[in-house]
Amino acid sequence: MKLLFEKDVPGSNAFRFPMDDLPPATENIPHDQLRSTPVDLPELSEVEAVRHFVELSHRAFGVDDGTYALGSCTMKYSPKVNQWAAQLPGFADIHPNCVQPGADHLMCELQEMLADLTGMDAFTLQPAAGAHGELTGMMIIHAYLRDQGQNDRKVVLIPDSAHGTNPASAVMAGFTVRVVKSGPDGLVDLDDLAAKCGPDVAGLMLTNPNTLGLFEKNILEISRLVHDCGGLLYYDGANLNAIVGVARPGDMGFDVVHVNLHKTFSTPHGGGGPGAGPVGVKEFLRPYLPYPTIRRGEDGQIVFDADEEKSIGKVKSFFGNFGVCLKAYAYIKSVGYEGLKNAAQLAVLNANYLRCRLSEYFDIPFNTLCKHEFVASNLRQAPSGVRTLDIAKRLIDFKYHPPTIYFPMIVHEAMMFEPTETESKSRLDALAEAMKQIAREAETTPELVQGAPHNTVIGRPDETKAARNPVLSYKKPAQ
Amino acid sequence: MNIPENLRYTSTHEWVRFDGSQAFVGITDYAQSNLGDIVFVELPEIGAHLEVAAEAGTIESVKAVSPIYSPAAGNVVRTNAELESAPEKVNADPYESWFFVLEVSDPHAADSLLDAEAYRKICE
Repeated sequence: MKLLFEKDVPGSNAFRFPMDDLPPATENIPHDQLRSTPVDLPELSEVEAVRHFVELSHRAFGVDDGTYALGSCTMKYSPKVNQWAAQLPGFADIHPNCVQPGADHLMCELQEMLADLTGMDAFTLQPAAGAHGELTGMMIIHAYLRDQGQNDRKVVLIPDSAHGTNPASAVMAGFTVRVVKSGPDGLVDLDDLAAKCGPDVAGLMLTNPNTLGLFEKNILEISRLVHDCGGLLYYDGANLNAIVGVARPGDMGFDVVHVNLHKTFSTPHGGGGPGAGPVGVKEFLRPYLPYPTIRRGEDGQIVFDADEEKSIGKVKSFFGNFGVCLKAYAYIKSVGYEGLKNAAQLAVLNANYLRCRLSEYFDIPFNTLCKHEFVASNLRQAPSGVRTLDIAKRLIDFKYHPPTIYFPMIVHEAMMFEPTETESKSRLDALAEAMKQIAREAETTPELVQGAPHNTVIGRPDETKAARNPVLSYKKPAQ
Repeated sequence: MNIPENLRYTSTHEWVRFDGSQAFVGITDYAQSNLGDIVFVELPEIGAHLEVAAEAGTIESVKAVSPIYSPAAGNVVRTNAELESAPEKVNADPYESWFFVLEVSDPHAADSLLDAEAYRKICE
């Protein structure tokens, strides 16, 4: 398929802009900052531009096309009512500089519902993504410890099963990382944790259930160990969708949480576009939240506070990605707390059903009752030379999005499945049958699996070449 | 699996070649084959002091980002800048692709490292 730039037909653009009556930009912009070459944007007629993007959309695969069991990413369906709410002109057309009654109540009520569901006392909606929420949360912990005169607490404990964003966020916030081992059961090794707790510890970042889909059942002991050494507990909300409505991080002892609205509350996956990662804290950390904070005053009126004294400052312009928060609000209101709980339980049921079905053909390293996702490996296919990457690529031929592969890193050749709550039994059976077929092929015709995918427009992109020599902008070939 | 007899090893899959008080450090054949195609390496700074098992740099493959650990305590005296522009050399020839050279402070540093036979057992 050609790029837009390669479809350029000079003069075919039918749109004409009015004459520019603004003062020339050269007056205000330093000379060396001005571009010296033409912009050279491609020209297409409207219909050709539309066809270009529609063709691209035919080549894409989303949850609206079929089952998308991409573990850890929670590619759950986004109910269309969310979109309806976000498109209401009263919300879609407001300017962030004039937040109207309605929008402010909505933000305040969403904060209150998130606080309710996570067991926290105060929330900010500003962070623009989960990892941004992590950074915000770690900055809050950093500011709090500094305020307490605890400048020597520089170490953040992170289990070896954690998402890579955890150590990245901790380091960006000014901490160093100490890795805590997982035990043979896939859970945090308590002895190792105890040995690594000390007066230099700022806190622990924990995902619960963890990235193996296993609930950290020793969470109260973990919480005690970390708090006893003077550290705080950070909840990575990546897997909140497995327990929402059933258990609350705040009750487990967590002091700070972030919530990925796209995972638990069905807002669209950004794909680089807007996301939202609200952060909640216990009361003693409220002063450190980004400003302006939004709260309900005693008379029920919404109050914006811009108390800058202890706040870590703003982490995003205005109030974060309001449209995304609005979709999460619509979702919570449409299903209710009981519906959220149902969704969590169905997500867990679906994952366990698929785990049991796949365990007939694939190695499942921690084959016990899991939460919303589980990890398999290629151990039984490895003797015939079939790797996890091959299995994932072959699944595309069966019109499924592959699982997450090679994560978590504590499992060799990992394949991580997360079917989510919306997949029916017949959908899960069909996926299991496809996997069964691939397991059979791995035995009888491994080269068929190793050469996959066979039914796609593009076979296997050369990821290595792309990573070593990334070409990120179009250059017109010399004429 | 290529595990040369004349080198020393760590349990975290680094190889070490001693030359007097200097130690050349790279990653083993087993490590490169498990990481897959390496696309980026980050080397330590010359002059940096590293403790045993300290993170000395990072290796990014198409699958994962992994640290390379220092096998001994010492100061970094040289780094192999060639790997920054041609990281694929680590895959092609892991035992010639040293990452950095340490001036090792402990003359008995080699004694606490694994020999080829002990390292082979770890890889099995």
